Amino acid sequence: MMMAVAPILLPLATALLCALAQAAPRLQRSISLCGAVALLVCAIALLGQVLQRGIVTMAAGNWPLPFGIEIAADRLGSALVLVAAVMLVVVLVWQYSDADTAPASPFLHPLLHGLVAGAVAAFLAADLFNLYVWFEVALICSLGLLAQGGALRQLDAALKYFVLNLFGTLLLLTAVALLYATTGQLNFKALGAAVAGGGSPLLLPMVGMLILAFLIKAAAFPFYAWLPASYHTLPGPVLALFSALLSKIGICALIRTMTSIFYPAPELLFELLGWIALLSMLSGVLGAAYHWDMRRILAFHSISQVGYMLLAVALASRAGDAAAIFFALHHSLVKAGLILAAALIFRQAGHYDLRRIGGLYAARPGLAIAFLLLALSLVGIPPLSGFWGKYLIVTESILQGHYLWAGMALFVGALTFYSMIKIWLQAFWKPHPDPNWSPPATPRLFPAYAGLGALVLTALWIGLFPEQLLVFVTDAATTLHGGAP
Amino acid sequence: MIWPVALAMGVVIAAGMYLAFSRELLRCLIGLAMLGSGINLLLFSAGRFGSSAPPIIRDMETVLSGSANALPQALVLTAIVISFALLCFSLVLAVRLLQSSGSDDVLQLRSAEPPATDPVKPALEDEP
Repeated sequence: MMMAVAPILLPLATALLCALAQAAPRLQRSISLCGAVALLVCAIALLGQVLQRGIVTMAAGNWPLPFGIEIAADRLGSALVLVAAVMLVVVLVWQYSDADTAPASPFLHPLLHGLVAGAVAAFLAADLFNLYVWFEVALICSLGLLAQGGALRQLDAALKYFVLNLFGTLLLLTAVALLYATTGQLNFKALGAAVAGGGSPLLLPMVGMLILAFLIKAAAFPFYAWLPASYHTLPGPVLALFSALLSKIGICALIRTMTSIFYPAPELLFELLGWIALLSMLSGVLGAAYHWDMRRILAFHSISQVGYMLLAVALASRAGDAAAIFFALHHSLVKAGLILAAALIFRQAGHYDLRRIGGLYAARPGLAIAFLLLALSLVGIPPLSGFWGKYLIVTESILQGHYLWAGMALFVGALTFYSMIKIWLQAFWKPHPDPNWSPPATPRLFPAYAGLGALVLTALWIGLFPEQLLVFVTDAATTLHGGAP
Repeated sequence: MIWPVALAMGVVIAAGMYLAFSRELLRCLIGLAMLGSGINLLLFSAGRFGSSAPPIIRDMETVLSGSANALPQALVLTAIVISFALLCFSLVLAVRLLQSSGSDDVLQLRSAEPPATDPVKPALEDEP
C-alpha cells in the first residue's frame, strides 16, 4: 500500500527540493510549506484508512513477511504522524511572521523536513533495523539543526547531544545484533512469535538493552542529560518541533516493544520502569523549579512529562497503554504550544530569562490568556486536555494498588503548577525591571499568533470533548495488544 | 573463526570505551568511532561464520543450502555508512569547537550551561 509510505516519502522529497532551492529563500519557504501541507493531508488520509481498515501495511518489494522490510501504520503510529504533520505546518507558518529572530539559514527547511521524515518513519517502522536507521536520520537532522547557528554555545550543545545520543544508538544497534543472532528475526511480529515460542534466558538482558536504548532516546532518568544541555540553544519554533517529536520517538518505540513485541515482558522490567518513571517525573520537575530561563524550565518539564508516559506504560495494562498514548498526543501539542508562547514572550519582552522581563499582561492580554490555558493544561486542571491524561494514569494506578505511584503523580502535578505559575507571574504580572520598557511595535506577528491559537483551541477541544479521543486511544492500545478494536 | 572475531571485538570495544571516557575532545570522538566499529563487527558476526558460498539458488534446485547469510552483511554495510557520516560530522564539529573555544578539555566547555554564581539561582545570562 502506497498510503503507508507516502508520509515518509513526502518530507524526504520536500527536503530534497528545499535543498535544491537554497539560492532562492522565498521559493524555498513556499516549497517547504506546500510540502508540509501535503504531508498533513496525507497524514489525515492515512489516519482515515487506519480507522476504517485497521493496520495499513506495506512490505518493500512485495516480499512475503518476515523477509520484506515492513512499514505498518496502526492507530498509535498514524496519530503520532498526524501530530508531527500539524506541528511541522505550525512551525513553517511561523516562518512567515517576524516572531523568529534567529538569522535565516538555507539549511533550516531541508533539515526540518528531514527530521520529520525520520520521526514519521520511526513511528511507522515495523522492523527493528529499519527503526534504527530512521532513528539515525532523525539524529543527524537534529544535529544539523542544533549546529547550524554556529555560535559557541550551540556547538557545545550539539556536541553533548551527539555524544550522549550516540551511546543510545550504539546500544540500540548492539541489541539489534544480539536479538538477530538469537532469534534470526528483525520484523516485530516475527520477533514476537520467536520470543513467545521458547524464551531463552539470554533474551532478558537483550530486551533490557533495547529498552535502555529507547529510554536514552526518550530522555528518562538518569539518561536525560542531553536534553537540558542542548534544547535551550535552539530558536523557538525549532525547539517546539524538537520537544513535540524527539522524545516521542523513544516513547513510541518503547510502547511497541513492551506491548506488541515482547509481551508479556517480565514483571521485573515493568517494576524497574515504574521507578525510573517516578524519578524522571520528580527530577524533571525539580530541575524546572530551579531554573529561571523559560526554555530551560520547559525542557525540564519535558523530562517530567516523559516520566508520566513511562509510568502509564509501567502499569502493564491496556488502560495504562491507552493513557500513555493519550498523554503522548496531548503533550506533543501542549508542550509545543507553550514553547511557541514562550518564543512570543521573548519576542515582545526581549529575553527568555524571567528575571529580565515582566509587565506583559497589560501589553498583551491575549498572549497571557493563551499561555495560562496551555500551562494549566500541562498541569492537568479540568477541563483542559492534560486533566484526562493524568486522570487515566492516576485511576489506573489506584485500581492496580500502586498508591505511591498515584500519589507521586499528583504531587508532581502540584510542583508543575508551581513552576508554570512562576513563569506566568514573572513574565506577565510583575512589572518590567526596566521602567522605560515598552513592547516593540512588531510589524507582522499574525501567522505566529494563528499557529499558537490553533494549538490552544486543540487543547481546549480535547479537554471539553475527550470522548472520541478516549475511544481512539483505547482502540490503539487494544490493537497493540493484538486484539481487534 | 568466531573466537578471533570475538576477541577482536572485545579489544576494540574496550579501547573505544576507554577513549570515549577521556576528557580530551578528539580522543572522545575517536573512541566513539571505535566503539561503533566494534559493534559493527558484532552485527556482522550475528549471521555466524560458516560457508563463504554466495547465496544463489542454482539451476534445478529449489532450496538454498550451505551459503553465507547475506542479511547481516547488508545490515553492517548500512551501519558502516551511517557511522562514517556521523564520524565526519563529529570531527567537523570538534574542529569548530576547538577553533572557537580554544580548549580541547571537555570540562572547559561550559558555554551552553554556564556554572551558577549564586548558591540558589542559575547563572543570569546576558545573551537571550
